[in-house]
Amino acid sequence: MFPLSRLIRSRDDAVPARGALVAARQVGLVAGGRRILDGVDMAVEAGRIVTLIGPNGAGKTTLLKVLLGLLSPTGGQVLRRPGLRIGYMPQRIQVDEILPITVRRFLGLGGRFPKDRLARVLAEVGCAHLLEQPVQSVSGGEMQRILLARALLREPHLLVLDEPAQGVDVAGQGEVFQLIARLRDRYGCGVLMVSHELHLVMAAADSVICLNQHVCCTGQPDVVSRDPAYLKLFGKTMPAGMVLYTHHHDHRHDLHGDVVAFEGEGPPGRGCPGSEAHRHHG
Amino acid sequence: MDDFIVRALLGGMAVALVAGPLGSFVVWRRMAYFGDTLAHSALLGVALGFLIGLNVNLTVVILCVTLALVLMLLQRQRRLATDTLLGILAHSSLSLGLVAVAFLEGVRIDLMAYLFGDILAVSHEDLIWIFLGGVLALGMLAALWRPLLAITVHEDLARVEGVRVTLVSMGFMLLMALVIAVAMKVVGILLITSLMIIPAAAARRLSSTPERMALFAALIGCLAVAGGLWGSLTWDTPAGPSIVVAAALLFAVIFSLPGAALLRRLRTPS
Repeated sequence: MFPLSRLIRSRDDAVPARGALVAARQVGLVAGGRRILDGVDMAVEAGRIVTLIGPNGAGKTTLLKVLLGLLSPTGGQVLRRPGLRIGYMPQRIQVDEILPITVRRFLGLGGRFPKDRLARVLAEVGCAHLLEQPVQSVSGGEMQRILLARALLREPHLLVLDEPAQGVDVAGQGEVFQLIARLRDRYGCGVLMVSHELHLVMAAADSVICLNQHVCCTGQPDVVSRDPAYLKLFGKTMPAGMVLYTHHHDHRHDLHGDVVAFEGEGPPGRGCPGSEAHRHHG
Repeated sequence: MDDFIVRALLGGMAVALVAGPLGSFVVWRRMAYFGDTLAHSALLGVALGFLIGLNVNLTVVILCVTLALVLMLLQRQRRLATDTLLGILAHSSLSLGLVAVAFLEGVRIDLMAYLFGDILAVSHEDLIWIFLGGVLALGMLAALWRPLLAITVHEDLARVEGVRVTLVSMGFMLLMALVIAVAMKVVGILLITSLMIIPAAAARRLSSTPERMALFAALIGCLAVAGGLWGSLTWDTPAGPSIVVAAALLFAVIFSLPGAALLRRLRTPS
């Protein structure tokens, strides 16, 4: 049934632009006299993977929490599509030993859902064998999958993942990002994630937002990775082991197959004007 | 058996049946000290009840809820840690209660009965209060069970999934206030938290699900009440403290059981 409220609310300016599931408009946050977010503009659209990167203390998790409605911004506006269902995977979850709870019960805490959905989701994330185990006994990587399952059980329009590959070994990390990309294709949901695994992220994301209190630069991964603001934050050197997953388009091939240097061409992206002049702590 | 012993048993077990499941949440949510603080403020509620001539159970609930709300507000500031705040509130409210009681003119309050309980003096009217309060508390707990469990495991996650966190945690505080008011007569305000925490902690070893832990906590609490009363009558010891000692003994026994085989038997659903 098409909700009438959406018709009415679509004229409301508190609804994000068409296609966007959630958007930040000039969002700022000051806590304890410290400016954590400053004039952040961003949006996540259905079917797209947006990744937040940035140094420690850049406000990545804070921005996620503001977008989720867990924190109120002190400036600007957060717009959410009406009726938006979000699947959230928090950064770290540790259930006290004193609470006896199995993985099955843990998954059930997210809400009611039909039984066949559980089997399907578990198969997708690959943790069906853990179902009857105490939550406390699973490994860090398994816990990430369980959290992902709990998010997916809600059949979310938007998946919000805070460092989904945390506590997963390097080989497993690639798998996690592939899984996320697959889930996006399958569910058509938008994905917003924070990650430190820069180069894995670069391979999986449709667009990257480089955050350091404000948005330093944003765009497609290969564009961002050459942006002066990005280079200033993360440097040019990349860990050797990560090369497997990266593809730097620092050249292109002309009609004869010869290598031509890339200069200012390529997919559109935008860096913030004068980004060199910004002060980056980190 | 004497009438007063039957009343004591009934009242004590009714309290234990509620304190066990609620105590499980107190233990899971690491709110033992919080519970203690609420209980300490109950004496002020008692004094208030006498002062304005309202039912004491009612004023205790009102005061505990007020204190819980004050604490929620105070927690918003970051300068003082929660346990410091709790320490301040617990002891100043208890002292304020003692001072207020001293100011009451013409009323002699049996202070020891409120501080350490007077289960052998439970009257028919008390029993009715305990049963009504207990049923109400259990009903509320059942209604809040799943969202409360969800915010216990992870508050932010629960909030994103649509749980109204503030409402649920306020409901939980109201429950604690209710149980404190009801249990005051049995073990006294200084010992109430023990009746919530000790049986729940003991039940952990026997349980593989939250519900089972709540159930076992209730049963262990009942055993402690029976054991404590028996000990109190046998050796002429104070009843409230005897119940707490019995609970502690049960806890010690369950935790020192050689357990693997026992645990497996208890954990596998039959």
